[in-house]
Amino acid sequence: MKTLKKIWNWIDDRSGFTEMFMPLMKHPVPADSKWSYVFGSATLFCLVLQVITGIALSLLYQPSSAEAYQSLEFITNEAAFGNVLRGIHYFGASGMIIMVSIHMIQVYITAAYKFPREMGWVSGVILFFMTIAMGFTGQLLRWDSNGVWSAVVGAEQMGRIPFIGKWAARLLLGGDTIGSHTLGRFYSYHVFILPAIIFLLVAYHLTLLIINGISEPPKVGRLVDPKTYRQWYKEMLVEKGIPFWPYAAWRDIIFGAATIIAIIILAIWIGPPELTTPPNVTYLNTNPSPDWYMLSIFSLFALMPPQIESYMIVIGPALSIIFLLSLPFISNKGERHPIRRPWAVFGSICVIIFVFSLFLLGEESTWSPKFDAKPLTSVSIHSTDPLVINGATLFYKKGCLFCHQIDKQGGLKGPDLSDLALRLTAEDITIRILNGGPDMPAYGGTLSKTELTAIVAFLSSRKFKK
Amino acid sequence: MNEDLIEKPEDESRRSFLVNLSLGLSYFSAAVAGIPVLAAIFAPLIEKTPKLWRKVGEVDSFQVGTTNLVTFENANPEKWSGTTASSAAWLRRDATDKFTAFAVNCTHLGCPVRWEADAHLFMCPCHGGVYYKDGSVAAGPPPKALVQYPVRINKKDIEIQTSPIPITNISA
Repeated sequence: MKTLKKIWNWIDDRSGFTEMFMPLMKHPVPADSKWSYVFGSATLFCLVLQVITGIALSLLYQPSSAEAYQSLEFITNEAAFGNVLRGIHYFGASGMIIMVSIHMIQVYITAAYKFPREMGWVSGVILFFMTIAMGFTGQLLRWDSNGVWSAVVGAEQMGRIPFIGKWAARLLLGGDTIGSHTLGRFYSYHVFILPAIIFLLVAYHLTLLIINGISEPPKVGRLVDPKTYRQWYKEMLVEKGIPFWPYAAWRDIIFGAATIIAIIILAIWIGPPELTTPPNVTYLNTNPSPDWYMLSIFSLFALMPPQIESYMIVIGPALSIIFLLSLPFISNKGERHPIRRPWAVFGSICVIIFVFSLFLLGEESTWSPKFDAKPLTSVSIHSTDPLVINGATLFYKKGCLFCHQIDKQGGLKGPDLSDLALRLTAEDITIRILNGGPDMPAYGGTLSKTELTAIVAFLSSRKFKK
Repeated sequence: MNEDLIEKPEDESRRSFLVNLSLGLSYFSAAVAGIPVLAAIFAPLIEKTPKLWRKVGEVDSFQVGTTNLVTFENANPEKWSGTTASSAAWLRRDATDKFTAFAVNCTHLGCPVRWEADAHLFMCPCHGGVYYKDGSVAAGPPPKALVQYPVRINKKDIEIQTSPIPITNISA
């Protein structure tokens, strides 16, 4: 035993473990920093989980445009625990995005970004966007049809950048079209370039944490004054500080471990997202939609007024990034408590509601034509008139049902037409069909007279309550 | 202060030479090593993609008034391109000697539009963009008409020129 201790002492002395890490482990933190401080470290736990599962996946993955999809099938169906591994990496990404969002909102609401922690906020904002970028490039590496079309959608957004848009899009895709270089580039973004930036920034973010200390829980009326804050913080720690390890860290570890266990349970229980069709850009019967964390943006693209959309694709993100980065320079002193900063709380709630509503709308995607709508049956048609029945068939064949509902069948893009005859006369209906509307195609050029008569007869018989 | 440490003018010039030499060598080696790295990053901008005419079918195989999906090999596929070696286009035969080729990408965000033959409309699954048979916008968010690819009749064959994925710019 004594010899072992001697050996350890020698190792520790020469390797400098204690000297390096003890001051970090034992650095004093405010005693009242409790459960609300766990979200930053939970993000870090998720990151570590992502790195480890990512490395494991990279042993099984083939980053080649031709073979990536097959290797995904191999990981999912054949490799030992491959399906669970994919699941953990997917839910780990989800967890990381949730945790980093909570962490960021919390830092904003409690104004922890104020003096002297401005650079902590700035590095955090960049890390937030890097996390989103990792999510985007990660779902793309599945290299199924969703992945391929995600790459195109990404390139189109790049294309909206003024002056250099075309080049930026080309650089992103590695060429003019989706092709041999596209996947290799995205692999490099996801596995080397973005992680390298993330590692550097996380190291910086944590170093700042040690240098400036974690922010103390805010108290109403206790203002941040850049002239006196550092001195005050130092004295507060001497008086009321506790060593980070173990008196504060145990909460981080319990919460982090619980997060990881939850991720693993979800990975086993629900599993990774199913692969869609292979990455064939000539196969068009596909319905690309992003993973959940991109869904709010996906909805925003559908719902923004088209006239301003091309501008907003560039200006929107640019303004948000500029606002977030400049925040600690706009206000870096004064009140920190949320009660005294009602507009910050109000703004955060608005953003949360906005993003969540867009998410729910994206789940429904009412703007997408319902290509898999089935032809109407006699139960819905409610008529024996051959003209009406013919009209109902045409209503399906001409694509009307893709966007309009009849008796709870069909798409949601346009209004429900189950009771149309209660609202419009046959003449009005005819005019609408021929001329179209603000968001409806004009069918004047494509329908024959008999087809039009049948469809109008069908719609004029729609007098049923929705 | 130790007398020996007082700098003499000849020391100063020797030191600054060595400092400049070390910095200069660092810059030089970084620049030389950087060239191939930057070349790899910017390769897609440096390499010119050739424009080639690809046969997509025979003239007689397309009926007047119909719109059909055609596929053709990209200008510069590699051995590891797999299914991404090809691109697709919607080819419409407007008249006996007139063809129009539309890019399959919606001008909104590039998703694949489908031709709904009975409805005579192109429809996009992503955000509900709709186009008429001539590619003009009928409904939804697209800012402009479907992009057309160069197409020509070469004796009995229809040929499409390999083209980039159409990228919509900010002012569209």
